[in-house]
Amino acid sequence: MAGVLGAAMVLAVAPLVVILWQVILNGGAAMSWEFLSSVESSPRDPGGYLHGIVGTLYMTGIAATLSIPIGILAATYLVEYGRSGRFANTVRFFTDVMTGVPSIFVGLAIYALLVVSGGAGLGFGTFVGAAALATIMLPIVVRSSEEMLNLVPADLRTASAGLGARRWQTTVKVVLPAAAPGLITGSMLAIARGAGETAPLVLTALGARQVVTAFQGTPQADIGLLMTDGFSQPFEPGIERAWAGGLTLIIVTLLLTITARFIAARRKV
Amino acid sequence: MRTREPLGGHAPLRGSASTWSADPVFRALALACAASVLVVLAAMIVRTTVEAWPVFADQGLISFLTGDLWDPGQSRSEVTGTYGALPFLYGTLKSAAIGLMLALPLAIAVALFINEVAPRRLRGLLAYGVETLAMVPSVVYALVGLYFLRLEVWRPIGQAVADSPLGVLPMFSGPVTNSSYWAAGNVLAIMILPIMTAIIRETFAQTPREERMAAYAMGATPWEVMRRVILPRGVPGIVGGTMLGLGRALGETIAVAFLIGASQRMSSSIFFAGDSVTSLIYNTFQDARPEGVWALLAIGVTLFVITMIVNVIARLIIHQVGRTTGDASL
Repeated sequence: MAGVLGAAMVLAVAPLVVILWQVILNGGAAMSWEFLSSVESSPRDPGGYLHGIVGTLYMTGIAATLSIPIGILAATYLVEYGRSGRFANTVRFFTDVMTGVPSIFVGLAIYALLVVSGGAGLGFGTFVGAAALATIMLPIVVRSSEEMLNLVPADLRTASAGLGARRWQTTVKVVLPAAAPGLITGSMLAIARGAGETAPLVLTALGARQVVTAFQGTPQADIGLLMTDGFSQPFEPGIERAWAGGLTLIIVTLLLTITARFIAARRKV
Repeated sequence: MRTREPLGGHAPLRGSASTWSADPVFRALALACAASVLVVLAAMIVRTTVEAWPVFADQGLISFLTGDLWDPGQSRSEVTGTYGALPFLYGTLKSAAIGLMLALPLAIAVALFINEVAPRRLRGLLAYGVETLAMVPSVVYALVGLYFLRLEVWRPIGQAVADSPLGVLPMFSGPVTNSSYWAAGNVLAIMILPIMTAIIRETFAQTPREERMAAYAMGATPWEVMRRVILPRGVPGIVGGTMLGLGRALGETIAVAFLIGASQRMSSSIFFAGDSVTSLIYNTFQDARPEGVWALLAIGVTLFVITMIVNVIARLIIHQVGRTTGDASL
């Protein structure tokens, strides 16, 4: 029986091995300085993904700036104030539900809310792309931060209160620093998820063929968007660059994930 | 709680008149952030529904859900096309069902292997290996699926099944296409395996030690303990994990869009090309006129409602078991 279960285990890990092997093999062959430093004008021309890399970093950066502080403060409310009250439980439940909202629906919703004239009418661009990513990252940050804040011993809070600290001082100067490594872990996982997300950006960032520095108003490029554009057309340079793009995304997300786990493993609350 | 200024001291944590308002302000700020989750969710639901309303109103909910023709019009102000969501709902449900059929037995076996069979030192590593699958970007699944897995693995397996005696069943009949419900189902199985394994593992681990020990004391083998003690205890986790996996599978976009084949024929065979809701939105959004966009929003809202129901049921079941931790559950 152990043999059957062992075979299942092998079967479960096999896709990871195949994916890493394929991406490293093909992506490694296509990876070059040109890929990282130049801009392709179309999948059939030479060039690189500089615009996509800039766009992905830009949007993920804004999304992190939006979602991480809000997410950590929301988790602070749940743990320090709301506890198991009705409102806190409602927020908790819908945060869980929100982690399961399809990312393409988030794209549609941000499109309807921010892009079209019936909504905010901002048009496509960096900020609306970032808003979509932030919406996907927010529940992840809230959930993981709440878990981490719950691990902070009550003794620390009591000791702080005993020294005459106000509630907010206890939270900001004692609880949050004590949970900091865990909060960083959760935030890094959220960033990894955001950086690898492509579907909602089709409806919000739209894609671009040059480096875009505008905060809003001009469609923005993204590694994932360039990849889908490249590997869905029959041009060798575009397909090769898509593999290199895949390698880039895998390296970024796995580095973030592994670093996050490393920090979590060394955490001593 | 009021505190007094310490005598003559300037301790960093002293309370003073100028900071008395900080407490309620901080509380209100944290409350606003917590409420933002609900506000964002509500705003998304309301805006998409309002924007999609003309299509629901024009087509009628029933014919929208059961129509099998999707023929978008070009209008900027009214609904002139015909919108039937059935082929897409059919493909979404069919590929998700294939994904679940493949992932569920595997998730249970992997959970048992990691918790019960693997050496203690290896458990963390194996769990990480499975969880890492959840962090691979879906566009990378699409790429590897498109250029390697569907050609080298999924299609040959499908061909073998279609050529075998099973091929006489309409469900398994040929022709076997490269992109198909089967290919999409396979990639979904890989993508939902981590979350299902994580939740099932959690509930298996909660089996009371006394029950295992009692079973062993009565002479049960490890296999009998797994089957008669651990599995029955894990049923809520298995059901909840399956529902959560289903929710993810229904909403997955890029990988499915590139592997399902974009055919609206609604073939009874799982080896033929089909289409899905997410794939339709992804493939046609950029060329859609305002009217077509409303229709995509309408089918997006439909998908959202389905995943919402599935997720709420899943969370209600899992909440009874206790919250699962770990990367894959995020």
